[in-house]
Amino acid sequence: MKKSLLMSVLLAATLAACSNNAVKDKPAAPVVDSNASTQAQSNAASNANDGASTAGANQDVAAGNPLKDPNNILSKRSIYFDFDKDQVKAEYRPLVEAHAKYLVANPNAKVVLQGNADNRGSREYNLSLGQRRSVAVKKAVNLLGAQDKQIETVSYGEEKAGDCKDEACYQKDRRVDIVYDND
Amino acid sequence: MFKNRLFFIFLLLLPIVGRAELTVEVVGGAAQQIPIAIVPFAAPNGNPTIQQDNITNVIGADLRMSGLFRVLETRGVATQPHMISEVKYNDWTAIQAQALTIGTVEALPGNRLKVSFRLLDVLKQNQLLAMEFNITQAQQRATAHRIADMIYEKLTGEKGVFATRITYVNKENGRYSLQVADADGFNAQTVVSSKEPLISPSWSPDGTKLAYVSFEKKKPIIFVQSLVSGQRIVLANFKGNNSAPAWSPDGTKLAIVLTYSANSQIYVINADGTGLQQVSFSNGIDTEPEWSPDGSSIYFTSNRGGGPQIYRMPASGGDAKRITFEGSYNVSPHVSTDGKLLTFIKQTPAGFKVAVQDLATGQVQTLSDTSQDESPSFAPNGRMILYATSVGGKGSLAAVSVDGRVKQRLKDSGGDVREPSWGSVMN
Repeated sequence: MKKSLLMSVLLAATLAACSNNAVKDKPAAPVVDSNASTQAQSNAASNANDGASTAGANQDVAAGNPLKDPNNILSKRSIYFDFDKDQVKAEYRPLVEAHAKYLVANPNAKVVLQGNADNRGSREYNLSLGQRRSVAVKKAVNLLGAQDKQIETVSYGEEKAGDCKDEACYQKDRRVDIVYDND
Repeated sequence: MFKNRLFFIFLLLLPIVGRAELTVEVVGGAAQQIPIAIVPFAAPNGNPTIQQDNITNVIGADLRMSGLFRVLETRGVATQPHMISEVKYNDWTAIQAQALTIGTVEALPGNRLKVSFRLLDVLKQNQLLAMEFNITQAQQRATAHRIADMIYEKLTGEKGVFATRITYVNKENGRYSLQVADADGFNAQTVVSSKEPLISPSWSPDGTKLAYVSFEKKKPIIFVQSLVSGQRIVLANFKGNNSAPAWSPDGTKLAIVLTYSANSQIYVINADGTGLQQVSFSNGIDTEPEWSPDGSSIYFTSNRGGGPQIYRMPASGGDAKRITFEGSYNVSPHVSTDGKLLTFIKQTPAGFKVAVQDLATGQVQTLSDTSQDESPSFAPNGRMILYATSVGGKGSLAAVSVDGRVKQRLKDSGGDVREPSWGSVMN
């Protein structure tokens, strides 16, 4: 039930992304366009997003790199997961959509999705779990129109995890980081 | 495309920095410990022999470490025999010794040593064992371990494991090093070191090679390295992750895990990197393959049913049978050499702990008193389980007997130690 709802949202977003393809030959302009639409969409889709990304902020983006603009959702690069889970939670949908749109609008852009796990349990299982998490994000981004060749997945398992002892700390390690090749 | 690149790592053979020395501390012990007296070995005339390592001390430490022996103080005893003719049994019954070990160490020409020892039954007043070794100075510890193994086997009826080796990864000052050490933690040697993580070392059945996973190329790749020459090959460097190597009991193949098709699945590959074949096919994670001792099946971790559990399938692939049912998270299977027991890590309300399951009855026992346990592996005689845990926020090694009574802490000099595996072959 939940899944099919997510699917239809993703499909709608994919269609929206496709309609943007018409302008993708002009590199500078579409970035701003797609960001603007992403921003609007994100704010509509999730109340969890703070309202900091106003129209005024977006004008700054036009001048700088949207990936680095702290007011732009694209500057947010981590997707967090529940223990032993690889499902991308609904609250990260706007983030995934924003990055997918950016990749669609910038076909030369490339990302590495780095999967991680907290330090509990087995290193090998966590390596596989980190991989599943990075692939889950890749699938969502693919579904929104980003090309396979733009996305690489890698897992560090628990190898980059902190020395955690409580859930507040563990949850920071259960994530996929989106790293652009020019970061 | 699937061909291996062969290359020599001369750098790895250079002198080693930052290796951890482990010392073993025993907590608890068997209900019935065998009281044994070991008279310090000396020259046949009773004078002390110059020894680089003290053979008697090493034998005593080994036996004590096993938790099955009470090594008695011999200093106050009137007689200090080295030859069987000097033994006065009454002196040893007086301190309640059941067994007595005596021996001599004689300097030979060419800087060699002749070591002889006898194991005596104090109650029956007879000889149980006698053996002589002609060794180099460098073989003193190894010889002491062999003597301890012989005493252990004679008095307990099971094989000793003092003359075996362990491997583990030490992380210190931001560097990872894969090490091999004697079972008592001495003689640690670095096999390979890297700025990036090293995990999952696996012994070849003959003890001459290690397979391991290195992130040195920023992604997990499996290497096989000779402990004799230091030479290594890339066993698997396919698209995605290459991890969890496990040798087949005959040493000709390895089970490995690839994410070639995006999801971790188990493959079997020849030890030279040829003949890759997928053996597990699921929509979930399949990882941590481990061969049964007869080579007919592979135990592995899979989350195909939701959470991770341990399964078994034919080594050539086919239907998998679920093996663990208690709890929602059971990982890292390792089978005892007799094929009867399975050890693994089980998530319990008190944390992640070493557990053992009787494969015939399905009965599960949680063994460890630690709570962040990983990577359990049986000693070659199946009595102890070596594993990684965390003590005071630092990775360290520990071992627990299969009945849970004997617990050892392997304390190291400063590094963060993890990923242990007990070698199956005597050195």
